[in-house]
Amino acid sequence: MLFQKNKGRAGAFAALAVTVALVATGCAASDDGGDGGGSGGDSGNLAITFLPKNLGNAYFDTSDEGGKKAIEEFGGTYAEVGPAEASPDAQVSYINTLTQQGVGGIAVSANDPKAICDALNEARDAGVKVVTFDSDTDPECRDIFINQATSEGIAKIQVDLIAEQIGDEGEIAILSATANATNQNAWIELMKTELEANHPNITLVDTVYGDDDDQTSFDKTAALLQTHPELKGIVSPTTVGIAAAARYLQTSEFKGKVALTGLGTPNQMRDYVEDGTVTAFALWNPADLGFLAAYAAKALIEGDITGEAGDTFEAGELGEFTVEDDGVVLLGDPYTFNAENIGDFDF
Amino acid sequence: MTDLISGGTATPRVYKDYARPLWQRVLLTREGAVYAALILVIVVATLSVRNFGSPITMTYLLLDVTPILLIALPMTLVIITGEIDLSVASVVGLSSVVLGTLHQGGLPIEAAALVAIVVGALAGAFNGFLITVVGLPSLAVTIGTLALYRGLAVGLLGTTAVTDFTEFWTDLAKSKIGSTGVPTVMILFVLLLIVFAIVLHFTPFGRGIFAIGLSAEAAKFSGVHVERTKFILFVLTGTISALAGIYYTLRFGSARGDNATGLELSVIAAVLLGGVSIFGGRGALHGVIAGVLLIGVLGSALRLANVTSDVINIITGVLLVASVVSTSVLNWVRAKRTRPGEPRKTR
Amino acid sequence: MSVATAETTGSRVTAALGSFVKARETGILLALAIIVVVTTAKNPNFLFSNDGFRDLLLTPSILLLVAVGQAIVIITRNVDLSVGSVLGLTAYLTGRLFIDIPGIPIIAVFVAGLVFGGLLGLINGALVAFAKVPALVITLGTLYAYRGINVLWTGSDRINASDMPKPFLALGTQSILFIPVLTIIAVVVLIAAGWYMRNLRGGRELYAIGSDPDAANLYGLNVTRRVLVAFVVSGALAGLAGVLYAARYGTVNSQAGSGFELEAVGAAVIGGVAIFGGSGTVWGAAIGAYLLFTINRALPILGVQDFWQRAVVGVLIIGAIVLDRLLALRQSRKLVEARDTE
Repeated sequence: MLFQKNKGRAGAFAALAVTVALVATGCAASDDGGDGGGSGGDSGNLAITFLPKNLGNAYFDTSDEGGKKAIEEFGGTYAEVGPAEASPDAQVSYINTLTQQGVGGIAVSANDPKAICDALNEARDAGVKVVTFDSDTDPECRDIFINQATSEGIAKIQVDLIAEQIGDEGEIAILSATANATNQNAWIELMKTELEANHPNITLVDTVYGDDDDQTSFDKTAALLQTHPELKGIVSPTTVGIAAAARYLQTSEFKGKVALTGLGTPNQMRDYVEDGTVTAFALWNPADLGFLAAYAAKALIEGDITGEAGDTFEAGELGEFTVEDDGVVLLGDPYTFNAENIGDFDF
Repeated sequence: MTDLISGGTATPRVYKDYARPLWQRVLLTREGAVYAALILVIVVATLSVRNFGSPITMTYLLLDVTPILLIALPMTLVIITGEIDLSVASVVGLSSVVLGTLHQGGLPIEAAALVAIVVGALAGAFNGFLITVVGLPSLAVTIGTLALYRGLAVGLLGTTAVTDFTEFWTDLAKSKIGSTGVPTVMILFVLLLIVFAIVLHFTPFGRGIFAIGLSAEAAKFSGVHVERTKFILFVLTGTISALAGIYYTLRFGSARGDNATGLELSVIAAVLLGGVSIFGGRGALHGVIAGVLLIGVLGSALRLANVTSDVINIITGVLLVASVVSTSVLNWVRAKRTRPGEPRKTR
Repeated sequence: MSVATAETTGSRVTAALGSFVKARETGILLALAIIVVVTTAKNPNFLFSNDGFRDLLLTPSILLLVAVGQAIVIITRNVDLSVGSVLGLTAYLTGRLFIDIPGIPIIAVFVAGLVFGGLLGLINGALVAFAKVPALVITLGTLYAYRGINVLWTGSDRINASDMPKPFLALGTQSILFIPVLTIIAVVVLIAAGWYMRNLRGGRELYAIGSDPDAANLYGLNVTRRVLVAFVVSGALAGLAGVLYAARYGTVNSQAGSGFELEAVGAAVIGGVAIFGGSGTVWGAAIGAYLLFTINRALPILGVQDFWQRAVVGVLIIGAIVLDRLLALRQSRKLVEARDTE
């Protein structure tokens, strides 16, 4: 009977593990969306995967949709992967997997300028083309960076908006995303410079981090308002942050008294603009950003460009683009949304 | 010799009449089941998931799974004594932060690493002190220290990260032995494994660990230093966790307060999967290694097949529950069917 | 005669007062009061602004529900680590119900949340009670599994505030007589749980099971059923908390509720519920929940960066269990003395 027990135990367990494994790999293998061509480096391998900062973020949903539209236009294979939380380590795992899968190109929005560098360079050594969009890494780790607008422009428009809304004097605070995000830090630094240079009566009293998580941003906004009773304005250069802050403000006694601006998507902000919680905010079209990133990746894969300054490439209906210094490609200028035009957009 | 009770001569019972054949004693154990599952999953994955069979898969797999492998070694010993240590991931984070802050402050990596290891040992010692001297239950203590150490880690660095590490070390963390795909850090792991295996299975200290797990009181009366043994085990856990933290930091090139959040669950899941009984007193290191690899291979294969990480989590959770429940259920079945056995027919 | 009765009544009152003062719950209530006073002194908005008062009462009420459920489970000498995932799943379910069944009455959603959470808790309870596996392992596994199911179901979607009806969201911010609606719900549940645990036989049996499971078994208590009920209650309360979460925050993504299990266990332990089971009250757990959250809010005002909040929680938990242990040691020493001197 001892013999029965052990065989039974071993057998049951092995059977369970096998079933689980078979079911999982079986249904996964039959439903492989996106592990495209053979080895990377193949000039025909148009399998491009988008790796945003995190999934579940409306901004990236739109940008990746734009990328998908472009990829389907030129007949490549689209895939989107990403971590649930905006952390660089998680992105590294995904980059490793993509390297193993041998995709043609990766379009990534980086959670940290350096942490994912090694993984990206390994991918590039294996022949994968790397395009960063929205949030850059160090220039040595990628081939091209698609910048939505100049960082100075993005910083300036937000400072201009908040200055206008609070009468150019008073205390303001910044509700950012994660503390390491390249783009956030770049914009915040430029905002500080702009404030010092042109708005001496405005004081930046605090910068808090919402980690691009809705609940955290919501709670941080509440804490900000409590800790700084004289606060007149909040700038949130992240779509998750501004949406959460607006939602808090809408039901708080500070609605209308504390101005809120930053970067937001029209669909998320429409409610708050219509009821006056938010007067105006800025953004660009994230779909165009993704679209351009996909075309840039295609141009790299097919060998049309190498990321050198002066290279030019076509990006479908967006027209022709030129690569500038450091492998940067500019999409355009930021756009201001307010009550008058917010009804015209759907993203 | 006449048997007084039966009045006649009875055939003397011989052990080998009852012994199962050697192959059954070796293979039909709990560990054997895990090995079987592991081999099966590897075979199925190689056949059905594209790109799984390539050597970089093994490299990435081992690189990913090393922290779990390292920490599983002392964790096995801790669980065999009937205790548990939930704070290991927080010690990983803490040592990562210590390494990062000291290195940023100018200390060379070697010295900073040494300090980080000492910090880990101290953290383990604090756990051990509370558990053995003050007499608190390990579950409660390590839940508290899980929060405390993680809090210290996040408090020291905030949500920023230190990513400036000398390339020599970050390369070393990811380097491979010669042209095999095996990472260099495996050498460290194998050395530790040998040490732990010898201690656990071939020394009185190790037998004492099993004894404590089976019955701490009986062990104490048999001369085992229960408190001292447990204290040493917790210090070991802290030290190895710190070591894993150093590796983790160098591998990802980023020291963050929230590094390795949730790692303790993976370690415990792997240890329990590998046949160590949560009640204590039973288990073997080789089973644990197989358990870690099983989870790692499953995860790697599923990721390559573009199955999302949540499904991987579901499978891990179900496997964990199933493995522990199946042991319990089979014990119950055995209890129902026990009756004195007849001697096996010898050939 | 009357003097004697007056004396006994008097001494009974003093005894009751004495035990009230020495009760753990009073201690942490005092700690909570001190923190609120100190912080308000530094920044009157903390307590006295409309928003401040509302937030102080409102946001911890979600944790309160989860902590009460956790306390009930811990009292039976088990633990439920899956509550965070249950909360996340029910919060998402809430959103989905509103989206997929337009016009669904709000009360139906509340019931659905309770039932769904209860079912998830039932799975835990069945595995623990019938398979006799330590709750730590089971709920560790279900923590993984439920969270995975949550992420799988959510995909990369989220529930947005605009997906849910305004009256439901208003529940998250409205107040009746200055007390937020969500807090009222939580307090009603707390009172019901507290009364059950103290006065009904089922509740007292839970204490018995936690104190000594073997004795409870030998005594004839239906241990399996009671443990099952404890887990179902824990799951149901986490489910209710999920519905409240959706009302409060409006946006639900796949990470909702991550980490709540640690806070819930912390709140219970700080509130006097011994991790070894058999003692503590749900009131303590509730006050513990408020204490944790208030500290979180108070730290930035007191000038401590809120990054250190986790560390503070850890110190509190360790302090609480050390205190418990010292008190238990002192108690047993006193009992031994009493026995020896008789």
